[in-house]
Amino acid sequence: MKEKFMKFRKGGLGQLTIPLIAIAILILFNLIRDPGFFSIEITHNNDGNAVLAGNLISVINGASELAVLAIGMTLVTAACGGQDISVGAAAAIAGSAFVKVLKSGPSISGGTVLLAFLCACIVAMLFAAFNGVLVAVFKIQPMIATLILYTCGRSIAYWINGGATPTVDSPIIRAIGRFIPGVPLPTPVLIVAGVTILFMLIFHFTSLELFTQSVGINGSAARLNGINDTFIKLLSFIILGFCVAVAGCIGVSRLELINHETLLLDVEMDAILAVAIGGNNLGGGKFKISGSIIGAYVIQILTTTLYAMKVSSTDVKAYKAVVIVLLVVIGSPVIKAKFAKLMARGRSSKQRVSMKGAK
Amino acid sequence: MQDNVILQMRNIEKSFPGVRALGGVDFTLRKGEIHALMGENGAGKSTLIKVLTGVYQMDEGEIIVDGQKAVIRSPQDAQNTGISTVYQEITLCPNLTVAENMFIGRGADLLVKQKEYEKRADEILGNLGIPARSRQILGSCSLAVQQMVAIARAVDMQCKVLILDEPTSSLDDKEVNLLFELMRNLKSQGVGIIFVTHFLEQVYEVSDRITVLRNGELVGEYLTEDLPQVELVARMMGKELDELNSLGENEEKKTQNGEVFYEASSLSSSDALPFDFTIHKGEVNGFTGLLGSGRSESVRAIFGADKIGGGEVKIKGEAVKITKPIEAMKHGIGYLAEDRKRDGIIADLSVRENIILALQVMNGFFKPISRSESEAFADEYIKALNIKTASRETPIGSLSGGNQQKVILARWLLTHPDYLILDEPTRGIDVGTKLEIQKLVLKLAEEGVSVTFISSEVEEMLRTCSRLIVMRDRHIVGELKGKDLNQKKVMETIAGGES
Repeated sequence: MKEKFMKFRKGGLGQLTIPLIAIAILILFNLIRDPGFFSIEITHNNDGNAVLAGNLISVINGASELAVLAIGMTLVTAACGGQDISVGAAAAIAGSAFVKVLKSGPSISGGTVLLAFLCACIVAMLFAAFNGVLVAVFKIQPMIATLILYTCGRSIAYWINGGATPTVDSPIIRAIGRFIPGVPLPTPVLIVAGVTILFMLIFHFTSLELFTQSVGINGSAARLNGINDTFIKLLSFIILGFCVAVAGCIGVSRLELINHETLLLDVEMDAILAVAIGGNNLGGGKFKISGSIIGAYVIQILTTTLYAMKVSSTDVKAYKAVVIVLLVVIGSPVIKAKFAKLMARGRSSKQRVSMKGAK
Repeated sequence: MQDNVILQMRNIEKSFPGVRALGGVDFTLRKGEIHALMGENGAGKSTLIKVLTGVYQMDEGEIIVDGQKAVIRSPQDAQNTGISTVYQEITLCPNLTVAENMFIGRGADLLVKQKEYEKRADEILGNLGIPARSRQILGSCSLAVQQMVAIARAVDMQCKVLILDEPTSSLDDKEVNLLFELMRNLKSQGVGIIFVTHFLEQVYEVSDRITVLRNGELVGEYLTEDLPQVELVARMMGKELDELNSLGENEEKKTQNGEVFYEASSLSSSDALPFDFTIHKGEVNGFTGLLGSGRSESVRAIFGADKIGGGEVKIKGEAVKITKPIEAMKHGIGYLAEDRKRDGIIADLSVRENIILALQVMNGFFKPISRSESEAFADEYIKALNIKTASRETPIGSLSGGNQQKVILARWLLTHPDYLILDEPTRGIDVGTKLEIQKLVLKLAEEGVSVTFISSEVEEMLRTCSRLIVMRDRHIVGELKGKDLNQKKVMETIAGGES
């Protein structure tokens, strides 16, 4: 029992405390501000489906792309000790490839969508491998290495569809971006759940977690234990490439068009932020995927709250920054150490009191 | 108590996660005495010093300076209380003058009243008999003089207690004598000096009293003249002294009569010149030589740790290719790296994860060791190697050096290697653990494991190895066995007499 309690205190929850508290505070704040903020109701959408609607649903739905990207970003961060800033641009490329294949045939069938998604995955993973080679083989700092694709990615996306921003009109795509008939939850939410389960399975059936952490914490020691650290780093980028493709396809399906200029614009910074809010060390090493996913939802609730408070879209970023500064400072090693000390002092004084009582 | 007591530490307790570093230690220092603080690594010396200087906060206990209870929460507090420390590494500014170094940070008018300060500095230096002038650039002085300037600076800050932490480790004999003269001089002026060192002769030359710590506990306080050197060593190490003596005698060293396990001819790597090497089943051999002689580079080449240049390798008579660590591991070779921190531990990961790492790599990416299995492995080896850790989930980085090394050993033992290369497994760890590791090596050999054991302490290798390969300037210059296995012969071969 005691051991369990210790585990709970030290390893299990420690890293997730701050993001969970942040979510709790944001929810509480919203409930006080507007008790109906999180009410969920069943409405009928244009297709006549009974679906769930409400702020909570739109938060969870809206954070889908970010949550998927945060998963991949966590792995790259852990293995390479740096971040990929090209995920937004790469998602635009993946989305463009997705649309290109969708539009290649006369009609869009289920098979076409699957083929288009596979193509988007391959394209995104190839570009990610390019980043990965620069980082893992040529030992270029991740931010510099991915700056290249960050700069040129949206131009490449522009070329894929000849500069046009074609729309996709298909019930299947609409179902992916919105609701599957008969299912009350938005499809992107289901996709995030699917991707999360996929990664849980990967972590369970492979040594990815142990090897990635080893490489991130001490690459030299990992190498001498037979781990191919170059491969692990490259692999983390390729996995991120898969996440980028998923996020890009969700984004395209939501809008039913590809706009290479605006698709997932600036998402890389939010993805990195989600990793950081999740309590992961941006310098690499130990990580918790769950932290990053929660981090993604924190960012989304924050944005939704601000919009709900009728903060103008130009001002939102500034308000967001204030909250994020708070979160990051509270999560900083200095504050954490201070807090731990305070806790220890509280404990020992309690002990002293109980000892006195015993006497 | 005696009224000349200047510092009293009572019942000092200090714990770190999972380790009790100090368990109710008392320490008393009198005016005008040089008091040696002795103990093996991990005995609690440095923790005690750090508590006294405000680097760590004690959990329990009290510190009384000059009859008054002192509250020491930071190095600044310690200094204000009259406790000064001079560390092993000189922490002054080599590009400033001696006077500037003595007064920097103690008054804003240093630049204005430069002349005045220089005069005062010369006075102090003269009083203490330190051969330096105030206007000399500190960096131009010898290390010993720099150390003395650091002491002069400390003494001038109304210090009652002076802590010298391994002050002699970078000094030559002549410089040590100069330092000792200064210490005696300070002693006659009533300063209490705590002297931390691992040179036993120096303790007997200069100290009045000795306090011995072991495993965070006080063993005792002795007058130096009453405690013979052998007794001191025995107190520091506990009863292990007898064991240490008997280990070398009782063990019958195996000579190579088994089959050849590993054979390399003109093996070379990016860092190692071509060399030939053979090891038999159940044999313990060693590579020796000075730093940079190429001993580590050679064993790294065996393990495929560096880029392999060429050569042929045979394992049990069959030609194999080993160019990467994973290939060596698949052929039953394990390698404990020289630099534990850089190449051994994965600091933030738990003891459990560190133990299973090599086995997991050998099992492969798609065959993860289950949680319960890994816990069983970890528990088994924590018990077998007597690893002191709060739990199997404690990060390895928070363990002491010796226990970290045991975890790394466990990691390789878990792979059940046929051939284990141990490069400096005993560096920087306490005597008890050293002994355990040596015993383990001999036990492994008995079980038929071949071991290459490298240590910079020749006695240690003579005790364990049946064959020594001597290297000089990146070449093998000799191979010693049988009656040639003695310190004199090893030294001669390293130095390059007849080989």
